[in-house]
Amino acid sequence: MHIPDGYLSPSTCAVTFAMAAPFWYVASRKVKTQLHTKLVPLMAVVSAFSFVVMMFNLPLPGGTTGHAVGLAIAAIVLGPWAAVLAISIALLIQAVLFGDGGITAIGANCLNMAIVGPFVAYFVYRLIAGRSELTSVRRVVAAGFAGYVGINVAAFVAAIEFGLQPLLFHDATGAPLYAPYPLSIAVPAMLAGHLMLAGVAEAVAAAGLVAVLQRYEPELLDLTAQHPATVGRWRETRALWLGLGLLMLLSPLGLLAAGTAWGEWGADDFASPEARQEIAAASGDIAPPEAAPAGLERLASVWSAPIPDYAPSFLRNESLGYILSAVMGSGLVLLVFAGIGALRDRRASPASRT
Amino acid sequence: MGEERSDARSAGRSGRGVIDALVRGLVEAERHALDAERLADAAGLLQRFDPRIKLVALFALIVGAVATRSLTTLAVLFLVAVALAALSGISPVRLGRQVWAGVLLFSGLVVLPALVLVPGEAVAQLPFVGWTITLQGLRSAAFVIGRAETAATLALLLVLTTPWPHVLKALSGLGVPAVIVAILGMTYRYIFVLMQAARDMMEARRSRVLAPTSGRERRRLLLTAAGMLLARTLALGTEVHFAMIARGYRGEVRLLHDFRTAPFDWMFLALALTVPVVITGWQL
Repeated sequence: MHIPDGYLSPSTCAVTFAMAAPFWYVASRKVKTQLHTKLVPLMAVVSAFSFVVMMFNLPLPGGTTGHAVGLAIAAIVLGPWAAVLAISIALLIQAVLFGDGGITAIGANCLNMAIVGPFVAYFVYRLIAGRSELTSVRRVVAAGFAGYVGINVAAFVAAIEFGLQPLLFHDATGAPLYAPYPLSIAVPAMLAGHLMLAGVAEAVAAAGLVAVLQRYEPELLDLTAQHPATVGRWRETRALWLGLGLLMLLSPLGLLAAGTAWGEWGADDFASPEARQEIAAASGDIAPPEAAPAGLERLASVWSAPIPDYAPSFLRNESLGYILSAVMGSGLVLLVFAGIGALRDRRASPASRT
Repeated sequence: MGEERSDARSAGRSGRGVIDALVRGLVEAERHALDAERLADAAGLLQRFDPRIKLVALFALIVGAVATRSLTTLAVLFLVAVALAALSGISPVRLGRQVWAGVLLFSGLVVLPALVLVPGEAVAQLPFVGWTITLQGLRSAAFVIGRAETAATLALLLVLTTPWPHVLKALSGLGVPAVIVAILGMTYRYIFVLMQAARDMMEARRSRVLAPTSGRERRRLLLTAAGMLLARTLALGTEVHFAMIARGYRGEVRLLHDFRTAPFDWMFLALALTVPVVITGWQL
């Protein structure tokens, strides 16, 4: 899944890099406070391990072989933040020294395999493993699922990055400039390979390694097993909060874009001549159907958004409406997660007292 | 190559294929790194540039190759990369072996279906199946392969003409934090230590195997080896940490800079930087 140069446009590369950067920053701050002077030597050897273990070609059930990225085992043994750093460094060295993965695609590769993958794997592992014994079979199963889900979610994110390219970038003849397959091909193609092969390799590697460590070095599984994840420490997440605030303030930038958002049409738009013209302009001068599609018309009335078009009617200023919508939307998401977190803490606390 | 293939085929029967393949992969990686060190010391055009300048300039050329919207510009950039290689003592044969063949095989397979899947103007029809190859499909495949080949060639030029410690010093000269540079440098060193350890484990095991092993046994062997390598890695990390503390390490990393730039360097940089600027500015 190492994306080479030339598959993603420079702007996609820049965006994925910008998305990965705050994670690198927070990860380095967090890991540094944990490790102090041990940061440099430990990260160096673990990154080296992560590099070497990617060369292990595992025989899989069914007679094939496959590589594992090791994202689940890294997150299980080191915790997700240290895994972010170790795998990112291994990917960087692979790209620069061995040409495995592109230089411009380094942000995308790190985002998929060193950030999304380990975090998903870590949460799946903790969810299934619960507070079970270090040597329980449940942990082996949890690690297997963590590897399988982690690598597949990573592949899914990569597929989205690929699939967006032909929508956004064409040359004068209409030929795609970068990865040529739309989402409808890129997503199933990437997922088929990963659900069948790479996912199995990752699952076998994670489950097998946890089983081996349970037998010979169970204390290595201790780090992520006992202590619940620390959440809500302001110093460590400050950069992410500031980033979120900045994005909210910038949300009215969308108003600058010309034309309409392709595909985001309502049933009414098919009746208004002005909107029909915009639809045609956005669809490469293909005229929209005469009447609104029957299904769209039927379903349009099922749900009406509380803040249509991101701007509540009582506000005169559209930009202010965008910012307000961003604050409310993000607030709702945060509330849901705070609720889930509170529920989880309540369930976990009686167990920790025994 | 033929030998390797037959080796891989016999993997299922002899049960040693995966171990052999791993050992071969490890040896190959070490040889690649050694080659890079040897070439970086040789005389040549790129070897003469300041590593910081070279890093930025080659990155600019890669960005140019990724940003261009014209196949002609891409072809020119590819030829520039080949010319730079030739002037630096890197033969097209080496490029072909180390980059072009691998990239062509991988990217070629990936974009092959695009020839018929990308809609557009038909240029040919496949016999028997009746699928139409489109001009747009051909162009998009050419873009992906051309970009991947050009960028990979330029990236390899950096590694083959610059010793790794110089790449790292260049990074720190360009503002990458010293801690990251130190980790990258030590990672590179320990990759070889761990590859050697992995090789030793595999050789030791191989010398003790008499009968064919089943897939399940081989899987267990490799996973146990990887698990023990992880345990050894973490122990090694502790040892290295103690050794560093014993030598006065207090968590601060200092690096020496002794690079000097000449007018020649700045000319190269200016030329390289104009490439992405012109390409994006004029939409070439």
